[in-house]
Amino acid sequence: MTSPSQAATNADSLTPEPAAGSGGPDAKGTPALAGRTPRQLAWLRFKRDRVGIICAIVVVFFILVAAAAPLISALYGKNAYDLYGQDDGLLNSYGLPIAPNGGISGQHWFGIEPQLGRDVFMLLVYGIRTSLLIALAVTVLAVGVGVLFGLTQGYLGGRTDYFMGRFSDFMLSFPQQLFFIAFSPVAISLFVGVGDPESWWVRPLVLIGVQFLLGWMSIGRLVRAQVLSLREREFVEAARISGASSWRIIRKELLPNIWSTILVQSTLMLPVFVTAEAGLSFLGVGILPPTPDWGLMFQTGATFYKSDITFMFFPGIAMVIFVVAFNLLGDSVRDALDPKTLR
Amino acid sequence: MLRFLTRRVLGAVVIILAISFITYLLFFVLPTDPAQLACGKNCSNKVLVAQIHHRMGLDLPVYQQYWDYMRGIFVGRHMPDGQNCAAPCFGFSFANDQPIWPLISDRYPTTLSLAVGGSAAFLIIGVGLGMLSAWQQGKSFDRVASSISLIGNSVQIYFIGPLAIALFADNLGWFDHGHDPTWSSDPVGSLNGLVLPCLVMSVIFWSNYSRQTRSLMVEQLSEDHIRTARAKGMSSKYVFYRYALRGAAASIITIFGIDLGSVLGGAIITEATFGLHGLGTLAVNAVYQLDLPLEMAVMLISATAIVVFNIVVDACYALIDPRIRLA
Repeated sequence: MTSPSQAATNADSLTPEPAAGSGGPDAKGTPALAGRTPRQLAWLRFKRDRVGIICAIVVVFFILVAAAAPLISALYGKNAYDLYGQDDGLLNSYGLPIAPNGGISGQHWFGIEPQLGRDVFMLLVYGIRTSLLIALAVTVLAVGVGVLFGLTQGYLGGRTDYFMGRFSDFMLSFPQQLFFIAFSPVAISLFVGVGDPESWWVRPLVLIGVQFLLGWMSIGRLVRAQVLSLREREFVEAARISGASSWRIIRKELLPNIWSTILVQSTLMLPVFVTAEAGLSFLGVGILPPTPDWGLMFQTGATFYKSDITFMFFPGIAMVIFVVAFNLLGDSVRDALDPKTLR
Repeated sequence: MLRFLTRRVLGAVVIILAISFITYLLFFVLPTDPAQLACGKNCSNKVLVAQIHHRMGLDLPVYQQYWDYMRGIFVGRHMPDGQNCAAPCFGFSFANDQPIWPLISDRYPTTLSLAVGGSAAFLIIGVGLGMLSAWQQGKSFDRVASSISLIGNSVQIYFIGPLAIALFADNLGWFDHGHDPTWSSDPVGSLNGLVLPCLVMSVIFWSNYSRQTRSLMVEQLSEDHIRTARAKGMSSKYVFYRYALRGAAASIITIFGIDLGSVLGGAIITEATFGLHGLGTLAVNAVYQLDLPLEMAVMLISATAIVVFNIVVDACYALIDPRIRLA
């Protein structure tokens, strides 16, 4: 039998959160005996993973490009809306770039868009920005709600767990893609009256809302499963016996232990939401032109692939790199955080 | 087995009823007046809107509306304005006042064959590759296959679709593309037109399956009963197929059951990419015209299809793994 005070310190040492800040100086001591927090250990393992580092750099690069789009536009001297091809006579009478390879030149690095003649490089930069911002918002919302849901479900257990579980099963049984397509006009009509013009923020908001509505269940289930097993562990029991409130147990005992799951899942969810958003815009029910969007570039590309296939490659290859980097990063983060998992 | 199936079917009926009720609420009760939508964008005539209200039965209480709608699907329905709607009645389209069922029955074979063909393709390719990788574990084939899977997992149908058309249909001429014969008029032509879409659609799925199959097989092969079987002198091939594959198959089927919704999503994107006329394009066009009854019908039918296929998958699962039946 451990006394409550012993158990409490024991519980603290199992949670990485409180010790993370103070662990710094120790790590600089003799390497053989250095005390390291789990977070430092994970970082050390991650640093040794070369693929993971490269992927992290690629991911940061994409995020920087999205964040600094106006800056890039200013440096590059063009924007995503001007019809350079039409204004400068770079398109032939069919609306296709006259120069070979989709009009790639020193002026237009990635060529120009068929028909409208916008600059492809700028389109891609701003398109990534739109798609990434929407996907980021969905991820944050979905992870937040999913974690809360899973925590409540796992922590309370019993009948609450059962009914919440059935609810998330029910949400999972909706055909997602079709629901996004079918429900978006309904959601839009909630904001926009019949015949009124649509404000610019309605579409992104609806896309975020609709995807979030059916996006939080997977992480909720994972969190629930983890909490269910953590809840029975001694350190949680000890905290409960020593009079910790439920909120404190959730915050100080449970959350630090599921942190790695949350991180890994968010890294894996973000690209899924990016491609889902792009898919909706590709179908024509997402972001509407002329707003630059990753998915809309595929729509243009699919219209003109016969005559100007170069255009398709820029958004396509960018997306492949993006998704590969995120998936590999997710794997690396998982390996770093949890040395037990073997791939 | 019978008890297992009965329980699953009853659960499915509850799920379908709940989905249909929620979708009905979402489509006909929540948003701005459906009658206003049916009337058109520039319709401000109050009397006309009220008339449409009555004609669609929207002036009745919600549960009555829902009951009428669901009853109409099974026994047909007389609309309040006297229009007759034959047995599988999903109401009338806002866009052209046509009954909805013929529209759907015309389109669903395309989506269904895409989903079935695509699933068959990715199950065969994915599980096959995964098995080969597990067999060749650690050798160069394994490594090449796993890098291909990584890329395959990251491409999108709307990216490789046009590329595949350009390469295989336009350049090499291996497949037909461009005309989309209906199922009834030209079955052979329609099948031929579906080969390339099914293959393209399978790409984004098989990579996942080959990864999963590989790790499941590797896990199975390290189990004790496999070692015992080998020690008793069974050939490694026999053990591989009869023991390890059987053990892995149950998990693969579970994953497939979870993926059914994504398969439908993939089929919708594939339709749009290849310009096929299926339920997906129908739903997208209905969005442009704010055709709520059509959306509702497509939603309901697809959700039902997924739930039904899920039961089929579960039944297969129970056949393979007796523990499920008895639980």
